Amino acid sequence: MAVSRRDFFKLSGGGLAASLGFSLAPMEAKAEELAIRYARETTTICPYCAVGCGMIVHTLGDNIINIEGDPDHPINEGSLCPKGSSIYQLRDNKARVTRPLYRAPGASEWREVSWDWALDEIAKKVKKTRDASFVATSKIKVKERVGTTEVEKEIDAVVNRTMGMASVGSAALDNEECYLYQKFLRGLGLVYIEHQARI
Amino acid sequence: MTNHWIDLKNSDVILIMGANPAENHPVSFRWIMKAKDAGAKLICVDPRFTRSASKADVYAPLRSGTDIAFLGGMISYILQNNLYFEEYVRNYTNASYLVNPGFKMPGDLNGLFSGYDPKKRSYDPKAWSFQKNADESVKKDPTLQDPNCVFQLLKRHYSRYTPDMVSRITGTPKEKLLEVYKLYASTGKPDKAGTSMYAMGWTQHTVGTQNIRTMTIIQLLLGNIGIAGGGVNALRGESNVQGSTDHGLLFHILPGYLPVPSADLKDLAAYNEKYTPKSKDPQSANWWQNRPKYITSYLKAIYGAKATKENDFGYAWLPKLDPGMNGSWLMIFDNMIKGKFNGFFAWGQNPACSGTNSTKVRNALAKLDWMVTVNLFDNETASFWKGPGMEPAQVKTEVFLLPAAASFEKEGSISNSGRWAQWRTAAVKPLGQSKADAEIIHELYQKLKALYVKEGGALPEQLTNLTWNYGFKRADGTIRAIDTHLVAKEINGSFLEDVEDKPKLKPGEKPPPTPPPWAPRKLLGKKGELAAGFAQLQADGTTSCGNWIYCQSYNEKGNMMARRVKKDPTGLGLFPEWSWAWPVNRRIIYNRASCDPNGKPYNMKKAVVYWNPNAVLPDGKLGAWVGDVPDGPWPPMANEKEGKKPFIMRADGLAAIFGAGMKDGPFPEHYEPMESPLAKNPMSGQMSNPAAKNFSGTGIKEDAFAANDGKFPLVATTYRVTEHWQTGVMTRNTPWLLELQPRLFVELSPELAKEKSIKNGDMVEVSSARGKVDAVAMVTRRMQPFKIGDKVVHQIGLPYCFGWSTPGVGDAANLLTPTAGDANTMIPETKAFMAAIQRKG
Repeated sequence: MAVSRRDFFKLSGGGLAASLGFSLAPMEAKAEELAIRYARETTTICPYCAVGCGMIVHTLGDNIINIEGDPDHPINEGSLCPKGSSIYQLRDNKARVTRPLYRAPGASEWREVSWDWALDEIAKKVKKTRDASFVATSKIKVKERVGTTEVEKEIDAVVNRTMGMASVGSAALDNEECYLYQKFLRGLGLVYIEHQARI
Repeated sequence: MTNHWIDLKNSDVILIMGANPAENHPVSFRWIMKAKDAGAKLICVDPRFTRSASKADVYAPLRSGTDIAFLGGMISYILQNNLYFEEYVRNYTNASYLVNPGFKMPGDLNGLFSGYDPKKRSYDPKAWSFQKNADESVKKDPTLQDPNCVFQLLKRHYSRYTPDMVSRITGTPKEKLLEVYKLYASTGKPDKAGTSMYAMGWTQHTVGTQNIRTMTIIQLLLGNIGIAGGGVNALRGESNVQGSTDHGLLFHILPGYLPVPSADLKDLAAYNEKYTPKSKDPQSANWWQNRPKYITSYLKAIYGAKATKENDFGYAWLPKLDPGMNGSWLMIFDNMIKGKFNGFFAWGQNPACSGTNSTKVRNALAKLDWMVTVNLFDNETASFWKGPGMEPAQVKTEVFLLPAAASFEKEGSISNSGRWAQWRTAAVKPLGQSKADAEIIHELYQKLKALYVKEGGALPEQLTNLTWNYGFKRADGTIRAIDTHLVAKEINGSFLEDVEDKPKLKPGEKPPPTPPPWAPRKLLGKKGELAAGFAQLQADGTTSCGNWIYCQSYNEKGNMMARRVKKDPTGLGLFPEWSWAWPVNRRIIYNRASCDPNGKPYNMKKAVVYWNPNAVLPDGKLGAWVGDVPDGPWPPMANEKEGKKPFIMRADGLAAIFGAGMKDGPFPEHYEPMESPLAKNPMSGQMSNPAAKNFSGTGIKEDAFAANDGKFPLVATTYRVTEHWQTGVMTRNTPWLLELQPRLFVELSPELAKEKSIKNGDMVEVSSARGKVDAVAMVTRRMQPFKIGDKVVHQIGLPYCFGWSTPGVGDAANLLTPTAGDANTMIPETKAFMAAIQRKG
């Protein structure tokens, strides 16, 4: 039996169920009770490419039950690509690292550790490396004008930098986090600071 | 992007080259399709027939690494056929400038410009200087006829880029070249807009910056910058790579594109002297003359009350580079593999897959004492010690993997490619014990500060003097958690004192009489108030601002980045009250160039701004710009007394067709990639970019190269797929996406497949001088052999989103790519290298 889309709507109701041979009633009931009906809505922006699509996150308590494109957002007007559409699985995901992990020298496995222990250890290592590799002054050549001629001479210039550490990352951070991170790194004297923009 | 995503709909001709938005920026493509619905034409130039190409009106293939030749031919076509926008070129660019008569070009010097020093592999830019008048202003020829003027030099330089020559280099059929040139050059009419969309396909080359400059020259010749539907648009690949760059997470810049100081600049005065351009031209806004305000306000933001006039606002505490020192990506891993670093942070990044020549990166990580990685998932960097070829027992590196919160589990802003800073709210708490990156940074800072206060150490005040007061506080005054809004406010900036609104004096103008002390003072801002915009910032320490280009983003009116008012008064899709765009909510930058020198839009139907001479201002003066936020309030440049030229970030107010600030030549010239299939550059005797750093012959075994080597005869390139993001750490761990795109493949033409007896679906080994990966062969017409002179050159391509830590997907394509970088930026050349392919088993 050929049923056009229009006919389908005309038929919907009791007659259709009979002609299909099964009942659509449970499906209708489900559609009425959308899972997001009592959910809290918050807006977010997709963490993947830099188009900056708007999204709505539906939560019940501390559970995300749905993430979809924000129809009010002027760039994506509700649409999302496959990556954006899958953001939900970044939360509902057993592979997420949820505790700090530590790998000792020569070890062949990770070990779960506490935040406090991990951050204390990191702080100690950062300090040790910084103190050992800090360069207060550096010998550089500068040009100086003596009378009418320019002469090159070597001077000890203040540089206050840490040579034994480098950092890469990250375009995955928020603006405020990027700002804080560069402030922190420069506060440690780092000059080897790079991230995704260079590659 | 000079423009923004929605603006693509305003274009008449869209050129996609060095990018693949249909697959990598999928949602942006709806704006391209809207332009097409309105009659626009789409051109796609790519070695591979991508999904973007499948929607194009004209598709032209080219061999990877030959974009300058392709576009140089277009410059020549535009000039030979007089298709340029003469008024725009004459008024808004440096085309009329006279270059010194001794200046020689690659046509004269067999591939080099004047001033090259082969020992240093660098140019002396003095050889490219302009002729000067007695008052130091540049000599010009407004008729553009002088043989030494930029315009004539441009014409002469690109006259060598004939369609025959270009086709011989790029492998693009000549008729296709001419079809693209003709179509794109049609946007040189005042009311037509052409736009350029590019991404890593242009940047990841040893001539990357010059790829973009070649297009910029085309856009200037055609009058396509500053207008709706125009611009030079970098499609940024990460949700916040615009913001992370703006905020100075790079070795050479502080937030707001302020240069990192070098050791020869001993104090703030020397820094300001070097980096504050001067202009005597009253028509030049020379915006960077404000640099001292921005650097002082930055120092005040990070050191607070500790930064005083007496201590040079703490300038000495800022870490400094030696003059000429390069701390960029390639140098970090070069130094690391030489054992020069003890510690390393890989924060939200996976260099063991994303870094070119990944074997070098992975082996370098094994030389560290410790590494801190922060991520949502375990990855090839964090677990490098158990990766292929590693013996965990032999690797001494201690590794910490700290769990980060996902984007929707924290609050803050990110900046998209169109410079829109958009606020995100936290939907839920971070999963398990994971924490927002800001919290991790904050806690580490607190711990380190406590250690330094307790134990002392090397220059503790560099760290302890940082302002760090972002908190929701506990009863004892310590900060319990970071309040992101306070960080956003620090970035925006505020008044540290009452700042008086003093009238700006023009040269020669007498200051007004001092008002009596009882007269009410007119204030620019009160102590404690958030700054309304960067025009309010001061160089005397009375204001603070973490990043001047974000000034206005979070002001007394509230959080501009969180705005959701959907109004589009111009009809161009600017949406000025939706989120906030830097600078000062300007949606299309250099928009004054969309109007003629009288302020009349070149295209009345798509006017970004226009000058209304009858608008009455609050102070009774007449005349204002209407539309988008203009590049400054001054009248258009025909007003000789107060008008300004449109390119306000340039000291001379003009766009630079002649780029005297480049490291590898003032005009782009075609050079072969570091690894090329050819024995000789068809254009000149200079094979590869003469100013690009050479990593060969340094004794590091990982740095092998194979140019014009029969063992690796195939041109190879890398790319992304829709379903995975960057190295795939997040998407390989998303089951729906991994199912859609489950493992590494390599695309090759049926001709090459036949030659190598490879069938579609066979397992093959792809190798380069540096490494090899196993991949599934995808034999497809999307790849075509190129005819380069009398030689047939095959090209292959593979995505770089896979890595060994996900079982069964294959390893990183960057195991194949070389340690070679762009002469200006040192961005690695991962988009053109030589490889071989062989069927397995």
